[in-house]
Amino acid sequence: MSFDLSVNIGKLHLNNPVMLASGTVGYGNEISEFTDLKKIGGIVTKSISLKPRKGNPPQRIVETSAGMLNAIGLANVGVEEFLTSKVQFLKKIGVTLICNIAASSVEEYVECINYLDNEDFIKAYEINISCPNVKEGGLIFGNDLKSVGNITQKVRAATPKTIIMKLSPNTSDIKNFAKIAKEEGADAVSAINTLVGTSFDIWTRKPKIKNITGGLSGPAIKPVALAKVLEISRNVDIPIIGIGGISTWQDAIEFIICGASAIQIGTINFINPNAGVEILGGINKYCEQMNIQSISELTASYQI
Amino acid sequence: MKASLIESAEVIDVKKLTGSIFLLIANSPQIAEIITPGQFCNIKVNDNNSPLLRRPFSICDVDGSNVYFMFDLHGEGTKILSQKKTGDKISILGPLGNGFSLDENIDKFILVGGGLGIAPFPYLIKKMNFKIKHDIYLGARNIDFITDYGLSNLHISSDDGSIGFKGTVIELLEKNISSFKNSKVKFIGCGPIPMLKALKIFCNKYNFDCDISTESAMACGFGICQGCPIEKAKPDGNYLLVCKDGPVFNINEIQL
Repeated sequence: MSFDLSVNIGKLHLNNPVMLASGTVGYGNEISEFTDLKKIGGIVTKSISLKPRKGNPPQRIVETSAGMLNAIGLANVGVEEFLTSKVQFLKKIGVTLICNIAASSVEEYVECINYLDNEDFIKAYEINISCPNVKEGGLIFGNDLKSVGNITQKVRAATPKTIIMKLSPNTSDIKNFAKIAKEEGADAVSAINTLVGTSFDIWTRKPKIKNITGGLSGPAIKPVALAKVLEISRNVDIPIIGIGGISTWQDAIEFIICGASAIQIGTINFINPNAGVEILGGINKYCEQMNIQSISELTASYQI
Repeated sequence: MKASLIESAEVIDVKKLTGSIFLLIANSPQIAEIITPGQFCNIKVNDNNSPLLRRPFSICDVDGSNVYFMFDLHGEGTKILSQKKTGDKISILGPLGNGFSLDENIDKFILVGGGLGIAPFPYLIKKMNFKIKHDIYLGARNIDFITDYGLSNLHISSDDGSIGFKGTVIELLEKNISSFKNSKVKFIGCGPIPMLKALKIFCNKYNFDCDISTESAMACGFGICQGCPIEKAKPDGNYLLVCKDGPVFNINEIQL
């Protein structure tokens, strides 16, 4: 019953395909009370920007049917504080660390990487070009092919480490974004970020979150995410990290079959902070039962 | 910070106390052993996606290995909780947040609750263990929102006068001020924002120290979702989080 769950994406080596998504694990310290982060394939930090960001005023979140809307606004400690006080804890635990980077200009992405790149413990960067909740940067980049191409090219030139472009679903043709990311040298794409949504109080007629719109996540978005992963997989030859409403090991397997090399879990971490380890257990059993020697056999093994 | 954990708890009983206020009792030995007054738990009311998220409830009381939560039936999650039967399982994540500080050199605690704001008080006064005196002031819209469950030394006000003093709980405090004005008292408040705002004005007017328990929408309850920011009294570029930095704050530490 020995089978290989490891995944290689560029220079990034993951012991298994289960990752914890950016913005749903902070910098690891809080969630480590509930789960063994060493067992997880990789953890992606909360988006880090060059300077600290306060984030949006409350109310930032609201629950919706089988999902939630959030407009946190990239609240984070900034690169300097991250390196001086947050990395140590993650090192001590010994996780595989991927830094998610947010910026409001192409130059800022590059500056962030320059700042972080000497830290060998950081194994890869996930470039957030798809945050729906900030005025500058974020989705403005993620919806523009030229910008995505330009950012990918510049961050590629800035580091030899693995570059993962995190794509927005709030676009009509996600495959074109994956294609340009590949052409400009990205090692992988992660898909999807949250979908823009809103929710109103019918008695006060006011939006339930202060930012008016937020990013929809959770089981509600899983079919959309799966379709986007499949679309990329069928059209572009680039490793895909599947994200969107994954809550169970069955969901994870479904994404891998539809084209994902690895997966990230997000909203479920808020409900069950040990979900990653449990999903990994399920993947193990599935591989054993299906006599799968290597998880990579399963990637894009859809029968259409 | 004390360790938190997820415990599958067995429902012992769900009782209706009054109007829409219920009491949930669940057997949760590990959490019962370590939780302190003012802390809270994040409860998954069922094991499906409707509702998806856990619901935060402050700890109302602890009795042996049983934990007590008082809640107001106002949405889908609390409706499901109110219909739980003895033997049902619920997933409790906790204990979370920072509780009340009881290590005070004072003559008396004055606890001020608005409506369901009294929820954390039964366990709090139990932990005072008669060593520290207390008075409880409870204000509500009307008699339907008043429960005296687990409370003692109670002074009640209602907006419509259907029970106790007619007026707000702060007006009742003003009326009784001579009884505590010259002693070393500390206030603890829990309730709706308008009440807390009035309590802040009252406490600052007479220079009383006051801690309050706050609430917020939140997803995780332990700091990773960043969904429950609260502004500091003197903004410095960072919010505090209700779940992790609170839910108990000094009344002058935050903006209400």
